[in-house]
Amino acid sequence: MTSVAMARRRLALSRFWADFRRQRAGVVGLVILIVAVVLALVAPLFIDESVTSVVTGTGPKWAAPSLDYPFGTDESGRSILLMVWWGSRTSLLIGFLAALLSIVIGMVVGITAGHFRGWIGASLMRVTDWFLVLPSLVTAMVLAAILGGSTFTIIMAIGVTTWPTTARLIRAQTLAVEARPYIERSKALGGGHWHITTRHVVPNVAPLLLASTTLEVASAIVTESTLAFLGVSSNKTSWGTMLRGSYDWGAPTQGAWWYILIPGLAILAVVMAFMLAGRALEAVLNPQLRRAS
Amino acid sequence: MTAPLDALEPAAQAAGSAEEPQARRGTLRYALSKAAGALFSIAMVIVGTFFLFRLLPGDPVRNLAQGRNMTPAQLDLERHRLGLDKPLIDQFFDFVGDTLRLDLGTSYEYKRPVLDLIGERLGPTLLLAGTGLVIAVSLGLWQGTHAGWRHGSRFDRFSTGASLVLWSVPTFWLGLLLMMVLGVGIGPIPGLFPFRGIESIDAPDGFAYVLDVASHMVLPTLTLVAVVYAQYLLVMRSSLLEEVSQDYVTVARAKGLRDDDVRKRHAVPNALLPTVTLVFMRIGFVVGGAVTVETIFTWPGLGQLFYEAVSVPDFTLMQGTFLLITVAVIVMNTLADVVYHMIDPRVRSA
Amino acid sequence: MSLLELDDVSVTYRIAAGEVPAVRGVSLTLDSGAALGVAGESGSGKSTLAMALLRLLPKDARVGGRILLDGDDVLTMRWGRMRAVRWAEASIVFQGAQHGLNPVRKIGDQIAEPLLVHGLAKPDAARRRVTELLEQVGLPAWRARSYPHELSGGQRQRVMIAMALACSPRLIIADEPTTALDVMVQAQVLSLIKELVAEHGISLIMISHDLSVLADVCDQLAVMYAGRVVEHGPSREVFHDAKHPYSKALAAAFPTVGDPASRMAPKGLGGDPPDPMHLPGGCSFHPRCPVALDECATLDVALWPAAPGRTAACVHARANEEVS
Repeated sequence: MTSVAMARRRLALSRFWADFRRQRAGVVGLVILIVAVVLALVAPLFIDESVTSVVTGTGPKWAAPSLDYPFGTDESGRSILLMVWWGSRTSLLIGFLAALLSIVIGMVVGITAGHFRGWIGASLMRVTDWFLVLPSLVTAMVLAAILGGSTFTIIMAIGVTTWPTTARLIRAQTLAVEARPYIERSKALGGGHWHITTRHVVPNVAPLLLASTTLEVASAIVTESTLAFLGVSSNKTSWGTMLRGSYDWGAPTQGAWWYILIPGLAILAVVMAFMLAGRALEAVLNPQLRRAS
Repeated sequence: MTAPLDALEPAAQAAGSAEEPQARRGTLRYALSKAAGALFSIAMVIVGTFFLFRLLPGDPVRNLAQGRNMTPAQLDLERHRLGLDKPLIDQFFDFVGDTLRLDLGTSYEYKRPVLDLIGERLGPTLLLAGTGLVIAVSLGLWQGTHAGWRHGSRFDRFSTGASLVLWSVPTFWLGLLLMMVLGVGIGPIPGLFPFRGIESIDAPDGFAYVLDVASHMVLPTLTLVAVVYAQYLLVMRSSLLEEVSQDYVTVARAKGLRDDDVRKRHAVPNALLPTVTLVFMRIGFVVGGAVTVETIFTWPGLGQLFYEAVSVPDFTLMQGTFLLITVAVIVMNTLADVVYHMIDPRVRSA
Repeated sequence: MSLLELDDVSVTYRIAAGEVPAVRGVSLTLDSGAALGVAGESGSGKSTLAMALLRLLPKDARVGGRILLDGDDVLTMRWGRMRAVRWAEASIVFQGAQHGLNPVRKIGDQIAEPLLVHGLAKPDAARRRVTELLEQVGLPAWRARSYPHELSGGQRQRVMIAMALACSPRLIIADEPTTALDVMVQAQVLSLIKELVAEHGISLIMISHDLSVLADVCDQLAVMYAGRVVEHGPSREVFHDAKHPYSKALAAAFPTVGDPASRMAPKGLGGDPPDPMHLPGGCSFHPRCPVALDECATLDVALWPAAPGRTAACVHARANEEVS
């Protein structure tokens, strides 16, 4: 029984991979992603926190890109290259965890609202719509300002303000799944709420969740950098705090284009990569979802 | 001649003559229910704000005072000033009463009523966000229409690609780049537009003043438009794509209409309605963009005021601006919803 | 002289995976004032053929052969002339019950639109004409001010018919005009079409999966399978005494209204319509044919005379003829 299910799953996975590989933009995105994540993971083997320290910055100040400093230096003589590399750890970490938090809240609320119709579902949707209307960046800024800046608070602030879209998506999908005949049969056979949601609903919404997580990480990275730029940050070097530094130290007027360009391009590349991979996932998964329903 | 086979005809006719007022009553009822929903949301915002600013872990005063040297006595004084030493329930009713009387408290930083500060900053924000929104909506809808109509064309691929890039770009970074290239100038190219504030220090009078403000508006508006319009383009494109394959579009072609007329008279009106609603439903996104843009270009608007409040931090000012921004977004959303209901015949009598 | 002449018409869709032949060499003629029925399952190419008549197919479709409307080849017409022909000379009745009407425009405006586009009437006259047309299809004049969603499915179908009549065309193409309507309304709509066509001397091409409906309305009947006409002849004869096993199966099938399954697979006929990208060799019907012979897998039979005034593409059809 389980081995049959395993084999079927493996088959579905290989078919999915074959479909995904045909999405060229998605594959490019995925490759960039893997490279970025691997680079962030191995960074401690080569460099450490000290590359972000003002004190140990040894290079010339405001140096344009050269052989010694491929991406130039900042106002304290720190290497932009090394800071972008080290900063990727914070940016990616916050991006992933905030997206994860947002997706988990969205999934729990969405499945609950879709499964328990009646007043529970209705009031949950009411709350969701209320959160949806709130201007998320402004709310996140207030949250981060009140909770004080730490990596944890930034993750909380982003996660708590971005879950409603996921919740709506998942609720709609839950309703669609629960309308299928075999759910009726499962209920008739005495399947409880927990059984139906975990055994039937979750596996069916999982592919959709994967795609929406990918897109959510992209927007979380942008939000993190924006929050950092607007001064509510985790106090650790990230691409957002670097750009904040470039603005504070007047890089635009200094003509230090590298100080602005490089961290921004890093954000753009990673965010685009997530977007492309996410859209490709959607394109591959959607027809399958439709076929399955 | 066929006799009318419509068995229900007399009854239907009677219903038909009463059709107009009925529809209007429906719209009114809809508007009232939406307004009630909005009032409820606003009440939730007020309650939420109260608890957000008081019940979250940590001492708000201590959090807000971080980075400043304050003696315990000063902290107590600050607590007293903010009414934080009273029982929570008293604080709550004070807060609700004050808010309803539009008394948003006094700014810690400016030592002036928050409402006055907001009043001063409202104009510049409306000017910037309004101009940006109008340009972004018209440009986005126009380009989205043409991209969707000729989907798969080079124009479409270019538009979609550019929108995805613009969507991925953080607003503030785009602002920084524009500031550097068009504001400061790069290499031998001089800067073209001012990038600080709303007017020059020695601002002239009359028409010249209008021009001065207009030139200060160029960069902030450009930044805001670039980021917001990409979203509108993508939304309009996909909703037009849904219409293109509908039968009524084929009927319109079969009637002998020119391609442009099929688009303008049939496909676009259908695609426009959901798009415009969605555009206004996401007004919160524009607000976030405005905060960022005003901060970068030190545009003296509400967004910058909010930013100042957050970075000082100024407890009452932050609370007041947050309340105002949120309530404004809720009101706009509700208006969009009601207007949509009024202009779309499909939902009007559904 | 015949009003419409199709000469070896073929339609091929070019998609990423290759070429999909949807219509393969169809030749038919329609006399002025006559009614021709085209029958077949979904995917038999019948609707594609209808769209090809006014060049309404998407850009990825290649149309070959000749389509002569009043002696003019539609396929080589310039766009200006094509637009002038559309609706003024030949109009289409779509499945109005579904999405054939623009949901956000008033019905009167939609009926009047072709009159104004072709410069056949000034706005005032167009409004009077709309009233007249609505009366002809049995709808009160005030319906002109309604939106499509305020009408029932049957009423919308009437509006579609009124719209098709607007410019007094010489040919009306009705594509599944009664699908998705309930039985009573179907009958009303059919008799309305029959009556109006006879009254105005308009030629009619009616497309349906339902052979009984076509036999009722049309003089001639063409049965299509996998992009080809497999049987052609006077409609009563084809309906009651089909020569091709596929037509027999269609005639035996009484599709249940509102049940899409019965529309896809007529009763008494197993299997699915063939994938147009991978058509079976020989006679494309042979895998589903109850009376297939060994040779059917390799022999592709063209239409040949099956009886006086009738043709069929089946080995058995010729055998019958030889016997008789």
